[in-house]
Amino acid sequence: MLEIKDLYVSIYGTEVLKGINLTIPDGETHILFGPNGSGKTSLLMTLMGYPQYKITQGEIKYNGVLLNPLAINERAALGIGVFFQRPPIIKGMKLKDVLTEIMKKSGVDINIEKGAEALKLNGLIGRDINSGFSGGEIKRSELMQLFAQNPHFVMLDEPESGVDLENMVMLGGKIRMLLGRGIKKEERKKSALIITHTGYVLDYVDADAGYTLLNGKIQCKHDAMLLFKHIQKHGFTECELCRET
Amino acid sequence: MQGDVIKIEEKDRQKMDDIGFNTDEAGRSGSFLMENDKVHHVSMKQEGVEMLSIKDALVKYPELNERMWKLVDKDKDEYTKDAYEDTQSGYFIRVKSGVKAFFPFQACFFLKKDKIKQKVHNLIILEDNAEIHIMNGCAAASYLAEGSHIGITEMYVGKNSKLMYTMIHDWAKDVTVRPRSAIKVEEGGTYISNYIALRDTKITQMYPAAYLDGKGAVAKFNTLVMAPEGSVYDLGSRVFLNAPETRAEITSRSVSKGGAVIARGHLKANSPGVFAHLECDGLMLTDGGVISAIPELETKYADVNMSHEAAIGKVDEEQILYLMSRGIPKNEAVSAIVSGFMDVKLLGLPPALEEEIKKHLKVLEESEGI
Repeated sequence: MLEIKDLYVSIYGTEVLKGINLTIPDGETHILFGPNGSGKTSLLMTLMGYPQYKITQGEIKYNGVLLNPLAINERAALGIGVFFQRPPIIKGMKLKDVLTEIMKKSGVDINIEKGAEALKLNGLIGRDINSGFSGGEIKRSELMQLFAQNPHFVMLDEPESGVDLENMVMLGGKIRMLLGRGIKKEERKKSALIITHTGYVLDYVDADAGYTLLNGKIQCKHDAMLLFKHIQKHGFTECELCRET
Repeated sequence: MQGDVIKIEEKDRQKMDDIGFNTDEAGRSGSFLMENDKVHHVSMKQEGVEMLSIKDALVKYPELNERMWKLVDKDKDEYTKDAYEDTQSGYFIRVKSGVKAFFPFQACFFLKKDKIKQKVHNLIILEDNAEIHIMNGCAAASYLAEGSHIGITEMYVGKNSKLMYTMIHDWAKDVTVRPRSAIKVEEGGTYISNYIALRDTKITQMYPAAYLDGKGAVAKFNTLVMAPEGSVYDLGSRVFLNAPETRAEITSRSVSKGGAVIARGHLKANSPGVFAHLECDGLMLTDGGVISAIPELETKYADVNMSHEAAIGKVDEEQILYLMSRGIPKNEAVSAIVSGFMDVKLLGLPPALEEEIKKHLKVLEESEGI
């Protein structure tokens, strides 16, 4: 279970998160909506432990462990993982080298060739990671790395951006698999927090809840699909769902 | 070790292994081993390839004198003069027309006597449509404190021939190394140089020159170097594109662990219709070292395609954090990135050999804590 209490975060002196409270129980997938610059990615990076994001107040706990003082890799070792939107190129380091290093730590044993085939990454495993990868290839490479890491709480930053509809079906199916959404609700263990603009991913993960983030604060929590439809109609400015309830 | 073909002292075995010199000759077409100032072993199994010590070769084929000191000027500097006046040995290789050697030929220049000055002159001739890969492992014994190596190598690559010339260096703190190489490439010929060095040297200085004299000739220089504290690597490559449709590529990856790397590259187009590219990347692992990238492009012609890229910096924080987010601790992430940066794939070796070189690189890296 992930618990965030009264979290304030600054980046380079600018406050980007202003009192976040959020709980994600095991087995649940929650969705984060919000306009550009509202602090969605900042929240993910803070949870992962990126050092530019300075926590000025509040605490983050995962399975009862206080994350605030932990380094990124220590958080990953606790079972937290991120699906990045714009991962860096590493000159000379091949995708398969990265997968090998990840599996050394996670103990997961995936046949890299077969896994690459399933994700249509055959031609890319011998290439410098993320170098010259298309939008869809970056997503599939992120996904494969997460399968190799097997985190129990996954944060996905716009997993469908830049992906064409045809590939979305495959990607959506694999994300569903990664998050263990295929199994019965009461037996689900893995949890997730997903940022989405297009909402496509909602068709694959039957989310348990959705939030809007505005100006560094969580405005409301509702059923994810209901909230998404409402945002499509009315934008982020006023939430009539809140008024109704 | 299964049945050594080449007898060596047991205490030297590890070092020779590390630089890819197989004393059982497994996977090699032949061998040349020079210890200190003497030839220790000469063998050649490949038909159509002749290999002799340079002194024997000059006795047997006096006409070879015509090829000696033609590409390298004996008066170039005090080191070439020294090697000219007192050549101890070296190898002569001739690959006959149409012969393509499947296995690489291996040569090793080994320093084991303290304060030894090794002076070498090699002559390589590929006739037309010939192919060979020469692997040079040059090293100082683990117990050697001080020494020097001067190596003159003149290479002639005939029409449509291909010479791959790989050098792995593993010297010691007080060893000075001054190779002086030059290569002449005829029409349709290809010369590929691979240079790998990751450990101590006092100074290793070289600036080989390739002359692309025939139409469509190609030269590639690939360098992977890491300079530990106290060492100086002054490395460069020069290519003269003297004929149309010639092509030159210089790629270098340098890492400073407190030592100095000077990465020079000079591409000179003396003909229109040529392509030349230079790429130079440097990683600074600590303060206190130096990386100096000096690319030069030069031509008098309008119709040329010449470019260079150079970038120097520390290991990118974003890359480290990315790997950390997958559960890899910081120090291991840095090692993996540096190890990837020293990318064997750049060398364009056949797969089996790439794996082998990767292994040697790994050993050298681990000894440097990477």
